[in-house]
Amino acid sequence: MISRTTSEQISEPAIPYTLHWRSRIYALIGLSGLLVVVIIFATTLGSVHIPFATCFQVLFSPLPFLHITPPCWQTLDAATLHTIILDIRLPRVLLAGLVGAALGVAGATYQGLFRNPLADPYLLGVASGAGLGATVAFLIPFTISWMSFGAVPLFAFAGAVGAVAVVYSLARVGRTLPATTLILAGVALGSFFSSITSYLMTICGEELHGIVFWLMGGLSLTRWSEVLTVFPCVLVGTVIIYLHGRPLNVMQLDEEQAQQLGINVERVKLILLGAASLITAAAVCFTGLIGFVGIIVPHAVRLIWGPDYRFLLPLSTLVGAIFLIVADTLAHTIIPPTEIPVGVITAFCGAPFFLYLLRKRQGFAFF
Amino acid sequence: MIELKDVSLGYNRRAVLSHISLKAAPGEMLGLIGPNGSGKSTLIRGMTRIIGLFSGHILVNGRDLEDMEREELARIVATVPQSAALPGAFTAFEVVLMGRTPHLGFLRYEGRKDLDIAWQAMEATQTEYLAERRVGELSGGERQRIVIARALTQQPKVILLDEPTTYLDINHQVEALDLVRKLCLEQSLTVVVALHDLNLAAQYCDRLVMLNEGRVFTEGGPMEVLTAVNIKEVYGAEISILHHPVNGLPVALVTAGESR
Repeated sequence: MISRTTSEQISEPAIPYTLHWRSRIYALIGLSGLLVVVIIFATTLGSVHIPFATCFQVLFSPLPFLHITPPCWQTLDAATLHTIILDIRLPRVLLAGLVGAALGVAGATYQGLFRNPLADPYLLGVASGAGLGATVAFLIPFTISWMSFGAVPLFAFAGAVGAVAVVYSLARVGRTLPATTLILAGVALGSFFSSITSYLMTICGEELHGIVFWLMGGLSLTRWSEVLTVFPCVLVGTVIIYLHGRPLNVMQLDEEQAQQLGINVERVKLILLGAASLITAAAVCFTGLIGFVGIIVPHAVRLIWGPDYRFLLPLSTLVGAIFLIVADTLAHTIIPPTEIPVGVITAFCGAPFFLYLLRKRQGFAFF
Repeated sequence: MIELKDVSLGYNRRAVLSHISLKAAPGEMLGLIGPNGSGKSTLIRGMTRIIGLFSGHILVNGRDLEDMEREELARIVATVPQSAALPGAFTAFEVVLMGRTPHLGFLRYEGRKDLDIAWQAMEATQTEYLAERRVGELSGGERQRIVIARALTQQPKVILLDEPTTYLDINHQVEALDLVRKLCLEQSLTVVVALHDLNLAAQYCDRLVMLNEGRVFTEGGPMEVLTAVNIKEVYGAEISILHHPVNGLPVALVTAGESR
């Protein structure tokens, strides 16, 4: 807090800005470190508990130049450990991280674009579109596959992207894209798709179980091919979003002021909606509809580190990744061998934490 | 320098303003006056390309507005909107610093120079003490001064103000307009200000443009424009015009109905 500045300080302006930057940069570095630790820790847990140090060695043994000998542990030889950790556990942990990161950054982007604290990555029909796509895929009587993926992720992705495209074209007024129309179109189309999904579920018979579990979201049986498909989509989308941190800050004023400050608001909206929807679609098409991450993570980050989108976006990515890895690890370890849907965990753990933050910072302006 | 040539504009194909021509030169404060709905705010929104023109041209430093990128325009023209919405969670300094946006391009972050410019703007508006406060906690007058500071941070040649005194106490009204007037003279800024208060308009503006029903009713110096006849015609109000005891400029006085 600075007091009224005296004239001597003018040549050396008492600018508080850099200080905020420093704490946020420390947070970025700290959370990146924490993410690595959480990834390693998550690979230790499962039907066999493997010590942290052993996991560390196994995870880093394939890297060149480090010359780590693949270790053995108890009755497990190096090859078995390699299979358990690198082929079974690591893909699941990494996909959880990627999906959490995608939902976190997409949620922050949507909230910023709409200046609305209730916006989340599923606002524009991505979820209901993906849900409908996946349901249809469960019901088609023949099999389709592309690049080792079955029909479900393909249809879910197509449904998600298709829903956003329809919402976008419905909401467009001339050359502008009013936020209110967009939200209303998203809600309306979402309900429409959900009603079709519900109808299909009532007539689907034995496929119901699979559909319900898909809709609740989960990460079991993740393979490397899925991680390697989601990763480029999330990477490209996230980089595009990061580049728009400052325009997104200015757009928090309102669209008119942002335009008067030189921002091409319609272009920024289009790019960010496209990028955020793409990464959300890529995230949900393999894992189903994992709720709550995209709405809670950006809020928690905003409450702790402030509203500057240049930091809010990367911090939401990291916190989203950490949060979903932890939630997924809990989902399959607390009552083995039963696997709880990860969406149950995200809501059950996330909501109280969020309410705690909300109470602690009462009177805090969100936007 | 900003010049409007036979401009018509409005919303949804309905013209709010037709055939407006006016000109404001560097170092000059041009006041837009007129009753509610006469199109003062619409004209200012047209001058920043928030709404497009139906016909005519707006020239900024001799260049047509339509040929300029938004960013380029924002380096020349800054706007102080009427009751600007500000994101409450940002600090006042962060909001002022947003004025550097058109100068920064896509990838550059604010450097020392930008921070200094923002800080000087806060000094000019006497808002340094607010720097660390979140704008959601500020009063209407403080927010207005922050928005003026942000406009100065753009280092513009032209400043457009849409009723900048609406939410201010009389002392802050005078402070804000004194500041704008001083900057106008010192930095040879072109200032166009829409004002509600005829007396403030008379005191601060070199020339006044009186709008009525979407057209220029009359324009000229305060003495020529602010006459009892014009005000009766445009506002439909019975007022008396006196002369200011210090500088002789016109003063509009109302008279209560029963004593007329």
